[in-house]
Amino acid sequence: MAKSWEEINARIAAGEAVVMTAEEFGVLAADEGVSAAARTVDVVTTGTFGPMCSSGAFLNFGHSDPPIKMGAITLNDVPASGGLAAVDTYLGATEPSVTRGIEYGGAHVIEDLLRGRAVRLKATGPGTDCYPRTEIDTYVTLDDLNQAYLFNPRNCYQNYAVAVNSGDRALYTYLGTLLPRFANATYSSAGALSPLLNDPTYRTIGVGTRCFVAGAPGYVAWEGTQHNPNQERDENGVPVGPAGTLAFIADLKHASHEFFSAATFERYGVSAFVGIGIPIPVLDEDLAATLALTDADLSATVFDYGVQRRSRPALGRVTYAELRSGQIEIEGRPIPTGPISSLPVARRIAAELKRWIAEYRFTLTPPLQPLPQPGSQGVKPLEIRSEEAI
Amino acid sequence: MARRRLDLTFPPRQATKAITYHLVKDFDLVPNILRAQIQPAQEGRMLLELTGSAEQFEAGVAFLRAEGIGVREAASDICLDDERCVVCGLCTAVCRPGALTLAEGTAELVFDKDKCVYCEACVVACPRRAVTLRF
Repeated sequence: MAKSWEEINARIAAGEAVVMTAEEFGVLAADEGVSAAARTVDVVTTGTFGPMCSSGAFLNFGHSDPPIKMGAITLNDVPASGGLAAVDTYLGATEPSVTRGIEYGGAHVIEDLLRGRAVRLKATGPGTDCYPRTEIDTYVTLDDLNQAYLFNPRNCYQNYAVAVNSGDRALYTYLGTLLPRFANATYSSAGALSPLLNDPTYRTIGVGTRCFVAGAPGYVAWEGTQHNPNQERDENGVPVGPAGTLAFIADLKHASHEFFSAATFERYGVSAFVGIGIPIPVLDEDLAATLALTDADLSATVFDYGVQRRSRPALGRVTYAELRSGQIEIEGRPIPTGPISSLPVARRIAAELKRWIAEYRFTLTPPLQPLPQPGSQGVKPLEIRSEEAI
Repeated sequence: MARRRLDLTFPPRQATKAITYHLVKDFDLVPNILRAQIQPAQEGRMLLELTGSAEQFEAGVAFLRAEGIGVREAASDICLDDERCVVCGLCTAVCRPGALTLAEGTAELVFDKDKCVYCEACVVACPRRAVTLRF
């Protein structure tokens, strides 16, 4: 049994496609077998909604009269890049406010824009013959902007670490507060709903894949930064730690604050919960076999963040079913768990994408270019060198 | 009889003094330690519930202040802002008494107020600032 992209898209266009979320597909495959499920279902939808620091937006403000070549740009006191053309900027999600610190950052500005709120734009300029203005102080809304699009260099991590803390003081991390002496464990993945865990070798997800990005129809723009297909994999070929990543592009004007929500992690910094959903065509039984994997089949590696080095010691592997039960056992010790990636919102995204396919005939795009495959590249470290050592 | 919750801050030099003993013996107050983190030579914190008459309570608080202990009324209510909450579940990871949990199956947030000791760990941990205190 094999289906082509064209056949599946024809069924979507005709309103005849059978679409299920990855969780629903897992249940069907358990009941009827992978082969039968693969024959029945055309598309499986996935979803994830977790903190994804490497996110942000390109904005174009339009020209004032007289015009200004903007530098030292702030939006609600959050610095944005002045290193582009006169009235273009890139606002990074993790940039903290100069007045409020990490309580309000780039992600909060983006969320405010999505909520329709006016944002205060301030900038200075050198004053040139073509851009004579040297200062500007005004308010802009999302509607006022010529272009506003998310460009997130690293989202949608294919699996992630489970964090614990062996030390004797609490640690404040991007995985939340880690209580001392193994008093808790946090994790961040949508597990069975996670896009890249459903297509572990990137057969259907690549550059140009049309998908759900923060509530808007968007695209996979490129491999994400630190994309690491060489991560260790289990017997199903699924990575057991942080592996592949994706970069996304989408129109901010069609996104929603429900699926792009600013976050402040205590004593760590600003981030953004970003909602991503990717539809996966059920091309054949091999693909169906990984689509059918459940939280009980998918696992993550536990790392001790109490060791504050690049390479933290691994303390074992646990399944997402164990993590979701609220308690795991590491070296004979029971540890309460808590997630940082929202399962209820991940489910909403997978359901929303299913609705898009049914109601809007949202067809699927085969990769224009594949992502780097397992065996092709890993992640390089940054070495600290002196000028003499170059 | 009144029952009130206090949030006590112990300066490092005070951390070893038997405060609760004095509250019982000298002021006839019934202490219930809801949460404490007190280590020698470090600032300590205790969430203490005291039961006793109004006069004894006032005298007990005056004693604590005279001993150099920071005393403030602990929060009496925790409010969850459903509009801000994205149900990530991170608060459940720091809630030691198990007042905040995720429902089995739906993974929706469940708050059992009876188990809450008002330690405020969730207030600090919530990345959406969706948990606030009411005094």
